[in-house]
Amino acid sequence: MPTQEGGVVGEHRSLWPALAVPGVAWLLLFFLAPFYAIFAVAMGRIDPIFLQPQPEWNPYYWDPSSFRDVFREIFTGGALGDTFLRTIAYVGTASALCILIGYPVAYYVARRAGRWKGLLLLLMLAPFWINYLMRMLAWVNMLDVDGQLSRLLVALHVLPEPRDWLAGHHETVVLGLVYGYLPWFILPLYAALDRIDQNVLEAARDLGASPFKAFLRVTLPLSRQGILAGTVLIMLPMFGDYYTPNLLSGSPRTRMIGNWIDFFVNSTVSAGGQGAALTIVLMLFVALIMVYYLVSVARATREAKS
Amino acid sequence: MTTEAFVARPRHGAIARIRGWLANPWAQPRGLAVFTWLYIAWSLIPVLIAVQFSFNAGRSRSTWQGFSLRWYVSDPDLSVLHDPSLRLSLIQSLRLAGLTMLVATPIGVALAIGLARWRGRPAQAANFLMLFPLVTPEIVMGVSLFLVFTYLYDFIPLGTWAQFLGHVTFSISFVVVIIRGRLFAIGRDYEEAAMDLGASQIDALRRVLLPMLAPAIFASFMIVFALSIDDFVISQFLSTGAETITIPVRLYSTARLAPSPALNALASLMLFATLIAITLAGLFLRTARRRQAARGGSAVQDLAKLEF
Repeated sequence: MPTQEGGVVGEHRSLWPALAVPGVAWLLLFFLAPFYAIFAVAMGRIDPIFLQPQPEWNPYYWDPSSFRDVFREIFTGGALGDTFLRTIAYVGTASALCILIGYPVAYYVARRAGRWKGLLLLLMLAPFWINYLMRMLAWVNMLDVDGQLSRLLVALHVLPEPRDWLAGHHETVVLGLVYGYLPWFILPLYAALDRIDQNVLEAARDLGASPFKAFLRVTLPLSRQGILAGTVLIMLPMFGDYYTPNLLSGSPRTRMIGNWIDFFVNSTVSAGGQGAALTIVLMLFVALIMVYYLVSVARATREAKS
Repeated sequence: MTTEAFVARPRHGAIARIRGWLANPWAQPRGLAVFTWLYIAWSLIPVLIAVQFSFNAGRSRSTWQGFSLRWYVSDPDLSVLHDPSLRLSLIQSLRLAGLTMLVATPIGVALAIGLARWRGRPAQAANFLMLFPLVTPEIVMGVSLFLVFTYLYDFIPLGTWAQFLGHVTFSISFVVVIIRGRLFAIGRDYEEAAMDLGASQIDALRRVLLPMLAPAIFASFMIVFALSIDDFVISQFLSTGAETITIPVRLYSTARLAPSPALNALASLMLFATLIAITLAGLFLRTARRRQAARGGSAVQDLAKLEF
């Protein structure tokens, strides 16, 4: 017996909000309030005697000097500015490589794998449940001076002598990022490719398109949203990564933004304000990517409807 | 040129085959198949090698010296069982994951049911809030929790309790996503039927909806356990020292400084624990599908959707 509001007779409407209360309260206390704390610390002052950040909880008294410091560092070409450019270069290169490697894999598993599909999907998902640090540890073992990779390359006479891949090489860090985040790119793309209706492709073939053309004109455009979703999904964590460059190189030459945040917040108490300010800059950066993604999804949905 | 043209006209020799493939690489996805299997090998073999060397009899991480459980149990000083720093991180990881699982799952289940049924503006706001932790970079969450426990909730010291609160915070949203998927699949019909037959709302929830959700709830327990064991950034930002170091934090701090096969053994133990939890979750989700006799798909695909 549905009532006019769409509920049911005998329904206590207050039950639903009551069920949601503990979760919402938890998120307010331990997600939203901490978020605000970043702003309070970034806009606070440094205690002149103890050299400790003093958070300012009242926005009326906010003092943006930490921001000024961070922005000056970034735009006057200081170490922070270099780090910013390097981070963008790493994330850009790694994302491009993810697309190049990930697309064929996702395409094959979603559309061409036949009876192997189940097994491939399982193997494709396996890295999700292997700890990221363990996957990096595996490469630390292999890339060491006396690790398997150097031995193999020396045995094949590619290298005259073992090379220490972990001594601050850009390519090692980018390899680590690609290895680490590629599964997260492949999955949404796989989902998008899997959803494409076979009939659409058959229609294209019936109308005379070659398989290659059908791919180029039908499959590729239909999977664009999947590529975008995957790229956004890996860019968000990559911009905040600090452990990959630290584990695979550890050299200042390969620092990313995350390394500075980690350093400011975890190692130097007096730089807490700068750490918080840099976190906000990172958040704005990430929010920009998110907004671009949401706008393009909205546009795609509108186009699909019209 | 279509596929059939190539299939119909037999050619001989590898060069012709390669030329055919170049002219139409999509005709027979053999190249794609090779590429995909190579990717799978690249993505998994390094980890398998790392697990293999956790069983190495010698100290090397690249020369195989025979099988032994030395780095797990038998070495009197350096094995996971006997090295206090490794043993403590194992205990800390399991303790945190167990505690997080027990608290985050009930909160998340209640939130999922509440949000799925509750209408209106506050519900929309709550839904929005719930989605945010899923897209926030971990480092931002780590920094924010570190600052809030240092400057605002300073009655909660950094360490195990702060780590526990942080783990529950990022786990809740995942539980909501899993449970909500099942709620949509189940629909409201069963509940409404129960209430038409005279059950009160709470009875309908307790005796109809919750039993139907049970497999998904068990799956949530397992997935939260795996997520918590897996977490690195938040555990690291909120750890204070030896006793609050979890396995991933231990891997991070020791991998370059003092690597040994014992570290691989510790990582492998974590891997086994996660895999067991995920296998159980997959089995539970499959039960849920079977009971409802839903069409198509598999538990693996359920997990695939969940991760996205």
